[in-house]
Amino acid sequence: MTAVIAAPAPKLLTPAQRRRAKIIGIVLLVLAAFTLLVFGIGTEGDATFKFVIPGQSPTEIPDLTVPGAGSSILLAGVLAFLGAIQVTRGFGDKANLVLGIGLILFVLAFLIWAAAGSPLGAFNFTSMLRETVLRSFPIAMGALSGVLCERVAVINIGIEGMLLGGAFMAALVGSTQGPWWGIVAGVLTGGALAWVLAVLAVRYRVDQIIAGVVINIFVLGITSFLTVRLFAENPQFNNAQILKPWKVPLLGDIPIIGDIFFRQTIFVYALFVLVAGLTFGLFRTKWGLRSRAVGEHPKAADTLGINVYRMRYLNVVLGGMIAGLGGAWFIIGSVGRFDENMTNGRGFIGLAAMIFGRWHPIGALGAALVFGFADSLKQVLGILQTGIPSEFLLMAPAIVTVIVVAGLVGKSRPPAADGQPYVKE
Amino acid sequence: MELELRGITKRFPGVLANDSVDLTVRQGEILGLLGENGAGKTTLMNILYGLYSATEGEILVDGQPQQFSGPGDAIAAGIGMVHQHFMLVPVFTVTENVVLGVEPTLAGGVLDLKQARGDVERISAQYGLEVPPDAYIEDLPVGTQQRVEIIKVLFRDARFLIFDEPTAVLTPQEVEDFFGIVRKLKDDGKGIVFITHKLGEVLGIADRINVLRRGKIVGEAIPGEVSESQLAEMMVGRPVDLVVAKTAAQPKEPVLTVDDLVVADDFGNPVIHDVSFEVRAGEIVGVAGVQGNGQSELVEALTGLSQVVSGHITILGQDVSKATPREIHDIGVAHVPEDRQRSGLVLPFTITENMVLDSYHEDPYSRGIAMDWDATAKMAATLVEQYDVRTPSIDVPVSNLSGGNQQKVIVAREFGHDVKLVVASQPTRGLDVGSIEYIHERIVQERDEGAAILIVSTELDEILALSDRILVMYRGRIVAEVKPEETTPTDLGLYMAGGTPS
Amino acid sequence: MSDERPETPPTEGPPTEGPPKEGPPTEAPSEETRGQRRFLRDLMGLDVIDWRTAVLVPLLALLSALIVGAVIIAVSDVELLRLWGEDVGEAFSQTWTTIRDAYVALFRGSLWGLRPISETLVSASPLILAGLSVALGFRAGLFNIGAQGQMILGGIVGAIIGFSFDLPYVLHVLVALIGAAIAGAIWGGIPGLLRAKTGAHEVITTIMFNLIAVPLLDWVLKLEFVQRAGRDDPVSKTVAETARLPQLLGWLDRNDLRVHAGFILALLAAWFVHWLLFKSTLGYEFRAVGANPDAARYGGMNVVLVYTGVMAIAGALAGLAGANEILGIPEYRAAPGFVAQIGFDAIALALLGRSHPAGVVAAGVLFGALRAGGQQMQAATDIPIDIIVVLQALIIVFVAAPALIRAIYRVRTGEGTGQLTKGWAA
Repeated sequence: MTAVIAAPAPKLLTPAQRRRAKIIGIVLLVLAAFTLLVFGIGTEGDATFKFVIPGQSPTEIPDLTVPGAGSSILLAGVLAFLGAIQVTRGFGDKANLVLGIGLILFVLAFLIWAAAGSPLGAFNFTSMLRETVLRSFPIAMGALSGVLCERVAVINIGIEGMLLGGAFMAALVGSTQGPWWGIVAGVLTGGALAWVLAVLAVRYRVDQIIAGVVINIFVLGITSFLTVRLFAENPQFNNAQILKPWKVPLLGDIPIIGDIFFRQTIFVYALFVLVAGLTFGLFRTKWGLRSRAVGEHPKAADTLGINVYRMRYLNVVLGGMIAGLGGAWFIIGSVGRFDENMTNGRGFIGLAAMIFGRWHPIGALGAALVFGFADSLKQVLGILQTGIPSEFLLMAPAIVTVIVVAGLVGKSRPPAADGQPYVKE
Repeated sequence: MELELRGITKRFPGVLANDSVDLTVRQGEILGLLGENGAGKTTLMNILYGLYSATEGEILVDGQPQQFSGPGDAIAAGIGMVHQHFMLVPVFTVTENVVLGVEPTLAGGVLDLKQARGDVERISAQYGLEVPPDAYIEDLPVGTQQRVEIIKVLFRDARFLIFDEPTAVLTPQEVEDFFGIVRKLKDDGKGIVFITHKLGEVLGIADRINVLRRGKIVGEAIPGEVSESQLAEMMVGRPVDLVVAKTAAQPKEPVLTVDDLVVADDFGNPVIHDVSFEVRAGEIVGVAGVQGNGQSELVEALTGLSQVVSGHITILGQDVSKATPREIHDIGVAHVPEDRQRSGLVLPFTITENMVLDSYHEDPYSRGIAMDWDATAKMAATLVEQYDVRTPSIDVPVSNLSGGNQQKVIVAREFGHDVKLVVASQPTRGLDVGSIEYIHERIVQERDEGAAILIVSTELDEILALSDRILVMYRGRIVAEVKPEETTPTDLGLYMAGGTPS
Repeated sequence: MSDERPETPPTEGPPTEGPPKEGPPTEAPSEETRGQRRFLRDLMGLDVIDWRTAVLVPLLALLSALIVGAVIIAVSDVELLRLWGEDVGEAFSQTWTTIRDAYVALFRGSLWGLRPISETLVSASPLILAGLSVALGFRAGLFNIGAQGQMILGGIVGAIIGFSFDLPYVLHVLVALIGAAIAGAIWGGIPGLLRAKTGAHEVITTIMFNLIAVPLLDWVLKLEFVQRAGRDDPVSKTVAETARLPQLLGWLDRNDLRVHAGFILALLAAWFVHWLLFKSTLGYEFRAVGANPDAARYGGMNVVLVYTGVMAIAGALAGLAGANEILGIPEYRAAPGFVAQIGFDAIALALLGRSHPAGVVAAGVLFGALRAGGQQMQAATDIPIDIIVVLQALIIVFVAAPALIRAIYRVRTGEGTGQLTKGWAA
């Protein structure tokens, strides 16, 4: 007998899917109405986009000035058009893409409105995106750490603690031994905390989420304790040297792109290398194949002689080291000194980025950039003095996260065994 | 060249799963290992494959004692196993599944998928095991998945192959193809252990038969020298009546009517197409089909667990196409679910708590928002008695009960009330002969008391034995309706595979 | 799945199957023992466990945590570390003194006398309420990390009702508590609804709701009708006397006994949660959904309603915990950080109390004692109170992995908490 594979039958939409398609359409229409009424009508003045970072950018690029009201009304029209099609005919599989485009247009209209309404009338577009990349870094490292752990089916809620622990040790060692040793200390701390997670989750089969929460509580407690007990009286232990941005030859000279991506610190370059390396590693190497097998069907992997526990230990510790590097950035790549709870939930947002990025390194990076953008808005809008209370801008990344995980962007499939301890019989 | 088990004993806390088992298989022969569910076959083979370690006894390959600390060691000793539940990663391709664990690599651990694909194609051609090397496992029918499992074992140069209940998921025609492959492997000099609880199959394929009962080898036989009933008696330990005793059905008014039913899965793919049928009071209608042809979805739609895209379901004149599970339960529908542990029971709950899983909202088990645990316990005690659930107490968690007793708890709960319609999915899957007989009797009894019964089963024997009328499902459609006395397993098998008997 | 179940080892007792073989005796145990057994099972929580696991493990966990804590205190003292290199004897004696002083202060601050006990109960009340919130979630298979945010919302609303209305005694405090409970219920219920409707995991959403609640509090506190007149920093107006939780030991005429009716409220809440979980139909649904959502759906339960209901009630309990901090503690006003770490401590507490109301009360009093004593310790010995958080994390580790306790103390224990939560896919 030969294998006959069913020809794909035409898809029927379940009531739930039909509802979701409608909701996307309505969201687009609401965005259109909001853009028209709030950003469009009544807005006076022009908005100027600057592309040159003063004292840095190698080439001159002229500013772009658009009329505030006119462009918003135009963007509202496009949004309404997309929404109307989605509600009536539907974009089918492309609905998510259309939603994404719609959100970008909305943000654009928002920025134009904010710039046109501010006394400055202008803001620096390049600098905002550069800030986006910078701020997405710890989130992306958290997300990559999560990808590594969850591909072998270990949920790592402790990323937040690993970031914070990495930052603390980077500050302590970085202050006494220099920045490079600070980075090493951060990485090793993350790895050590992850090893604890692996022991609890793999060996003792403690509920993985609880094990992760314990790590977060422990690290928060001990770093706060030591900050008071150690750093308060010995400030010389909490004063690390910061690594300066380093321009990549040639690439750094590209207009705009160079400013955004290639005049950053070594951390950002490490991120790009990690994303490429993990993508290749997970999908093209023996290690990746085995890791994914352990995450999808650990029993199958076990029956083929793959050591499930060893794979889980290995990947979780590697994941912890990545989170530790993310933690070191807070000190060596950013402010040079440790403060209590300075990671402030970045690790958790990293987890959301991992889910949004569908457990794929490139997806995780993309999602982290979205969150980094939400984070960077705060600063831009602060400069523009829009009158929006700064507290609301602080909430933005968290609100975006809720919307993302609530599946406005559709459901994705985690590794099949995710979160389940493997019991060898 | 032979594989030998000598005095294998395996003790779990409180259970003697294998009791000094001796067993030998030579290369170039097929050994049938026959035993009913729960006899200890799978445990024995898991020891042989290095998944469990034996409490006592030893394993010898070519006379050399072996120490297996994991499947890797067993594989290295030339032993391969095709598991009852396929050990395939659904989101990997055929090739990736085959090479997993022994991957050909280029420098730096980079996978050499080109060579891997070549190897798969070579083995595939050598044994006539046709598989698409780049297809994802989740897109393949079970028959093909089984071929991938066999290639996986051959790729590791196994000399001895263990098949654990390999035919459970196949149609009769696929079983024939599969037997062809097994014979080819035997001719190629492989030693084969064929584990099953199906008498006909073991008589059809094995060179020798060992019978396992309650962890012990209780007999040996050569096909042709024993009858089916002799083997059955050896397997169960007492004479077995293989037929269900029942009188002719006397169908009355229709209880369940299904009109042009369409159901889709979570991703919008249609899984039930325009299905129409009816079930009358006092008759048993059996739904036959290979697993995954829409039966589970049909049952879910009938019991309110999934949404209906279009069409109508009517029970006792009431349109229930959009009804909730509770509304359907309250009409008098009993539902014995396909997977008792996944959806039929709350395993950490006690028997008492499980007995009211779908009736806790009714008087007298609760009044208003307060549970009445005394009334509930009284009812549970009565039903446990009446349905012969073997348990030390009604306050033990059902997770402590054996499969047969768990199923009896469900049957007691569902049949213990006034029932108009029974929807039973795989009611005896994985049970021992005693429990199977008991549950079949109860189902027939419900019919004789005037209930309409719909049985869904992938076991043809069960369908043929119980049904008064048989519907065959294939790819979400009902492709045939036959009377059990007017059909044969072969014809049914053809319908189940989408063909028509000539 | 057609697992040959009898071939896998049953967790307890011999297999009861096999036609010719007689099963174990089927006679029912007497009514009395049955009642006792059910009571024990209710009390001990998620597993069938013996007294060792319920009492001995937490005690040994506390002991182990204190020992590790002592080591941390010793090695984090720079002066002491230097001394080890110079004079080992002196270093040893100084280390001993430091640790002894710290733990003596911890004990004196929590249990030694009426005032310390009063302070312990003041700290215990919100911990118990928030711990019940987390415990209720665990029972229904949901992990409420959002008690922190729910407390903030409850506190804000309780404070606003407390200072903006003019109502009689008793009624005013009741209205304020109900308002706080509703606010918490909404803040908890939304993640529950999202989980049920969209599958968004409550661990992520409740954490995000915490992150949203903190700036929200800062913003509200600066609103004109909330901020205290004449202040620039974010501090609310003072709650009216009619809306305050009365002090329990006011009749003793001492002004340092702050224990208030919030502790009674916490005990009532514990009793309510016990009734809800084990005696009501709703609680039966909660536990069924928690243990097996598929079976619950099969049994006709509305899983969407259950998830939302559990999280809303959990949120309400946390909201009460938040109001407790505003309406019960002198100053009687809201300021940033009024919740401290209580919402997170509650997780440790629910685990330590095995998600059972009685266990949560006991664990709440223990943690309250640690906090009250920790303040005394910080004042007396300069050891930061954050060490308490470290102790709590260590306690959870030992409780969740009793194998560690088993290995260290050579005692027999039951199994750990096992799988309480579900992965993203669930």
